[in-house]
Order: sequence, then C-alpha cells, then structure tokens
Amino acid sequence: MNFLTYAFLFLLAMFLGVELIRKVPAQLHTPLMSGSNAISGISLIGAIGVISTAGDSRLAMLLGGLAVAFAAINVVGGYVVTGRMLAMFKSGNAGAGK
Amino acid sequence: MTILATILLLTSGICFIMGLKLLGRGDTARKGNRVSALGMLAAVLGTLVSIIDEQSASVFFSGGLDAPFVWILVGLLIGGAIGLPIARMVKMTAMPEMVALFNGTGGIASLLIGWGQLVASQTTASFGGADLSVTSFSAAAIFLAVLIGGVTFTGSLIAFGKLSGKIKSAPVLYLGQQIVNSVLIAALLACGVWLAVDSAETLPLYSAIVLSFVLGVSFVAPIGGGDMPVVISLLNAFSGIAACAAGFAVDNTLLIITGALVGASGLVLTRVMCLAMNRSLVNVLFSGFGSRATGTKQGAAERGEAKVISPEKAYYMLEAAQRVVIVPGYGMAVAQAQHAVKELATLLEANGCEVRFVVHPVAGRMPGHMNVLLAEADVPYEMLYQLEDVNPTMDSVDIAIVIGANDVVNPLAAEETSPIAGMPIVEVYRAKSVFTLKRSMAPGYAGIENPLFYLDNNSMILGDAKATIQALIAELKDDG
Repeated sequence: MNFLTYAFLFLLAMFLGVELIRKVPAQLHTPLMSGSNAISGISLIGAIGVISTAGDSRLAMLLGGLAVAFAAINVVGGYVVTGRMLAMFKSGNAGAGK
Repeated sequence: MTILATILLLTSGICFIMGLKLLGRGDTARKGNRVSALGMLAAVLGTLVSIIDEQSASVFFSGGLDAPFVWILVGLLIGGAIGLPIARMVKMTAMPEMVALFNGTGGIASLLIGWGQLVASQTTASFGGADLSVTSFSAAAIFLAVLIGGVTFTGSLIAFGKLSGKIKSAPVLYLGQQIVNSVLIAALLACGVWLAVDSAETLPLYSAIVLSFVLGVSFVAPIGGGDMPVVISLLNAFSGIAACAAGFAVDNTLLIITGALVGASGLVLTRVMCLAMNRSLVNVLFSGFGSRATGTKQGAAERGEAKVISPEKAYYMLEAAQRVVIVPGYGMAVAQAQHAVKELATLLEANGCEVRFVVHPVAGRMPGHMNVLLAEADVPYEMLYQLEDVNPTMDSVDIAIVIGANDVVNPLAAEETSPIAGMPIVEVYRAKSVFTLKRSMAPGYAGIENPLFYLDNNSMILGDAKATIQALIAELKDDG
C-alpha cells in the first residue's frame, strides 16, 4: 500500500479514537488508560513480523525475540491488571444494590 | 493473504474499537476489556496465519530450535511468565506505577521492532520473495519508532521510579535544561535525516537509540510527582504512536490503526486531565511545577499555628455531625486506608449521618485513581460525588474529612499569583469544621504551602491515615 492510504487510515483511526474516548466518566479513566495501555501491546504483531523476516540475521532474530517478550509483558500484564481493576468496580455496583 | 488471515485481522480491528467503546461505560467496561483481549488474540493468530501463507510453512517451522516459530513462542512464554505474576500480585494502590512500567515495555518493543527491521533489511535485502530494502520513507518510520519508543521507555521508567518512591519525586531542574533538550532534539532530527538518506548506515540508528533514551529521562525528570497522572497518560499516548510508527516501518495496517487508536485516546485523556487542573499541557511539561513555589510563600509564621487534635476529640465532633464529606487523596492510597475509610463511612451512616465522598478529578497519581481504590473497598457509586455537586452545599457541611489530600483542597488556587491558580478545588474551607489527616505538616506533592491548615475551622490529625481512621472506628464502635 502506498503512503497516502496509510496516512488516511492513520488519520481516520485518530479521529475514531478521540470520538470513542471523549465522553468517558472520570471514574473509568484509570481502567481505560490501563486498558488502552494493554492494546498498545499490539506492537507484538510487529515484533512477530520482524522475526518472520529476519532471515539469516542473528541480530534481527534476537531483537525480534526481545521485542516479542517485551510486548507480551505489556499485553498480558495490561489485560490482567485492567481486569482486576474492573472486577472491583463490579463489586462496587453490587454493594450499591444492597 | 488467505481469507482466514484476513478475517482474523479484520475481527481484531473491530474488537479493539468495540472494546474501547465498551470500556468507556461503567456497566460494560468488563466486557470491553475481554473483547479487546479477544482482539489481541485474533491479531496474533491472524499475523501468524498470514506469515505462514506468505512464506511457506517449511521456512517458518524449520531450523529446529532456531526456527522463527520457536523464537516467537519462546518470546511469548517469557513475556507472559513475567507479566502475569506481576499483574496478579500488584496491590491496587501501586496501580499507577504498574501501568507506567507496562507502558515502558510497550515502548521498548516498538524501538526493538524498528531496530530489528533495519538490521534485517541491511543483511538480507530480499527474503522469502519479499523485497526488504529500505526506502527513505520506511527508514523515517523506523527512526520514529525508535525515537518515540525510546522516549516512552526511559520516560516510563522514570515515572515508575517517581511513583513508587524509588527516586525522588521532586522536579529535577538545572541551568540550561531547555538548551540541553533543544540540542538533544536537534541531534535526534539530524540522525533521522541521515538514516533516511543513507539507510545502509548503522551509526545514526545507534545514536538515535542512545539519544532517545537520554531524551526520555530529561523529559520526565523535571516534572514533579504531582503531575505524574498527566505524564503517564501522555506516555500511554506515546506508546500508541510508537506502535503506529512501527506499523509504518514494517508495513502493517492493523498496527497503524490500533496504534493510532491508542495514541488518540491517550491524548484525549491527557487533555481532560489538564483541563481538570486548569493548566495547559505545555505548563505541565515545562514549568518544573512546584520547584519554585516555596520561595513565593510568606511562610507559616504569618498564618499562625495549625491546631492539632487527637482522634478522641475528633470522634466527639463526628458523633454529633449530621453531614460529613470525605475528600480522599494520595495519602489514602499510601496508607492503604480505603477499607478503613469505607468502614468509618458505614458506621457514620448507621449513626444517622449523611456521608458523601468527593472525588477530585486529579486526586491521587492517576486519573480516577481514587475511584479505583474506593471501588476496591466496596464504596457504592451513590456515595461518590464530583466537586461541582458538593461545592455549592459546602456551607451546610458539618465536618469535611480530608484524607491525605492537599493541593486539591488548597484555597490558594483562588489567588492569581499562586502556581495552582485557577485549579478548581474542593472548597472544604467553607465547611463548619475540617479534619485534615496528614502524616506531618510538610507541604503537599506540589510543594505549595496550604493556608487551609491554619484556618480556625481546621483541625489537623497527624499520623498514619489508616491508624487514625481505625482509632475513630474503635471509638464509634465503643459508643454503639
């Protein structure tokens, strides 16, 4: 794909992100930040891509492997932490119903 | 690309968008997190399938322990084995620094992708039929991934250190700081241009890596601990943009779109927080906030002595109170006092008192930090109020209990010369009585003297917030 297509996609996604987040209540800011932080672990697929094209380069393979590991920390840690936070909000709701 | 890979990658994109949307509402947030996690799984599977499609499976799986597939698997396992236990065991009060740390790992991953991509293209100009020689455009993208990823990495580490108390949270300022930063940025841009012109060269890349690390440190070090919520949010946006740049570098549409989504949402959150403090982002990032504040204050002597009372005395006043507001701050998180606070609120309500929690938008070290802790302690939503709901009725409040909050209740915000001028505050000084629970008389995180402490209607209860509240609870229980 050419640069223009990418640039369009980039801009549209930025606008979409702004619209999605704009009206979020303050108490969800922390889980939201943590949740979007987990999503930023999407660099994982880029890291996988680097390994697949590393070919004969040992260094590229190693760098890709490290990138996969770091991105995986981001992904796994991010989703688990967000899940734990949100689980608490649920119990808060249940408490309100009492 | 086969249909399967296409479907998986499309699904992934939809899951991320829906996940973010669902995360933004209280009743659907948990589902949102699961949907987005599902999107991540689809993204990884889709990427693997498309790789197997493009290169023959034999390349991907062959080579024994050296096969690309093995490298990926081992990386995933190591990352998971590190991330999972940390995320499981971290205390809720340590959440801000945890998010900062995870954010940093995302940043370094983007940097490594850029680096690895350049190395791969330099050693194998053509591999598996794909032409990997680097154009100026992708060299620029590689440079951006390295730059933003590197800044995110060391910046997040500094934020982590400041939040967890491992390094001093006060702003680090030195003469000529702006000049040093400008030189750093200029040098980085030069590296970027050099790399774009001659992508066979490795020196500009290595210089960019080192310089971006230095820039991350010098970018976050001058920012005081009180402004860390804004910084984390901004770094979160950076990690998204870094992933996005990595996407441009390795030609991955999903990476570009998802990175942009995260980047945009992070920027929106950053803006929301700056608005809550009534300060501009530029002011947060570059003013060295709080470092010069102490010099402008008249000193405590002029304001008289702060009145210190014991928990017993406070109990007698609380027992007679009809309307109480509780203002939690970072001190509550540090003392892990949220469960005790909840118990106190329950006891007061049983005593016929109306209890409201007022959550300031920037209380704590993360946006919504207090909400997470109060939710952990099972404080129902109905008891939580925004400051604009409570401020108009503050005159009729018998007792305002300030638990480890300082700057968000500082009346100085009304004075134009104050460094926090214009920041909306919880106007507890208008309540009939104020109890301020604090460890010592030291100024708050922003380093600003708080005249509230010296007002006639304020009483300090010094000591660990949790111990103080437990003492109050014991008195209330004795009574009942």
